[in-house]
Amino acid sequence: MLVSVYRYNPETDDAPYMQDIHIDIPGGKDIMVLDLLQLLKDKDSTLGYRRSCREGVCGSDGMNMNGKNGLACITPLSEVVESDKLVLRPLPGLPVIRDLVVDMTQFYTQYEKIKPYLINETPAPAIERLQSPVEREELDGLYECILCACCSTACPSFWWNPDKFIGPSGLLQAYRFLADSRDTATSERLADLDDPFSVFRCHGIMNCVSVCPKGLNPTKAIGKIRNMLLSQAT
Amino acid sequence: MVTSITSFGRSGLYDWMIQRVTAVALAAYTIFLMGYMLFTPELDYQQWKELFECTAMRIFTLLALLSLAAHAWIGMWSISTDYIKPTGIRFLFQSACGLLTFIYVVWGIQILWGV
Repeated sequence: MLVSVYRYNPETDDAPYMQDIHIDIPGGKDIMVLDLLQLLKDKDSTLGYRRSCREGVCGSDGMNMNGKNGLACITPLSEVVESDKLVLRPLPGLPVIRDLVVDMTQFYTQYEKIKPYLINETPAPAIERLQSPVEREELDGLYECILCACCSTACPSFWWNPDKFIGPSGLLQAYRFLADSRDTATSERLADLDDPFSVFRCHGIMNCVSVCPKGLNPTKAIGKIRNMLLSQAT
Repeated sequence: MVTSITSFGRSGLYDWMIQRVTAVALAAYTIFLMGYMLFTPELDYQQWKELFECTAMRIFTLLALLSLAAHAWIGMWSISTDYIKPTGIRFLFQSACGLLTFIYVVWGIQILWGV
């Protein structure tokens, strides 16, 4: 099969380019894209990409495969290859450090803005802050986010305003803390989000839902944040 | 919190609500006009003039006109902040949109009450 990989080494290349590599898959098996990358690296050791857990937990190997963001380690070739061709690019919108490795600073800055930790000013109980099973269920579909950035880098609103729009991933996490029964900073959190960019740049096109490798729904969480803002307004 | 001084109401929630409310007003006006034209197949200038001489229709049309102005401003503001990055050029574009919207509103009122 033919693999076309985005290559860019700022130390030696003037501009990024696509490198076409023909490769035979051993035994014609349906391997994961990450395994294919390893085969490519065996051929050309200068190819750079991030990887760690190789099972969709760490979120390191988010990339654009034949036009769709996803995690290379849990994406089988059969899911993305078309006409025996695969185009691999770095996550769109973020600055490229080298080849498939992007600079995630803007993404993490937005995540930091939503204060991704429990805030509770009441005195800590002797053992722990308890939640009822119903309260705990509110966090399902939110806490599973692995911050791989597949969603935010698939979002045009994030491409145009990565410094102002929190992005789907950050907003999913924002709602994770707004929905937490143990957090007492709800009104402060909401006040920080009520500007024309942070939340309201989302136009609900749902690219984030379409690409999330964990099957989460940031658009739904953003809708819930909007409803919370509405219900506390006069 | 991102500070914005050129958006319609400075609050994202306010702009969002205005965008929805004005959309409902514009949809109602469009449906009414389409219905009127559908149920008045022999529509002539006299009937059209009488329709717009009616105070209720003038209020409804003015509502639609103001809704269009607010809706368009929020939309054009969003587009300009997405695609025009240099502040000076963006401000110029926004000023042109604002001026044009104002002209259309005044002109529209003049036409409406000139019937």
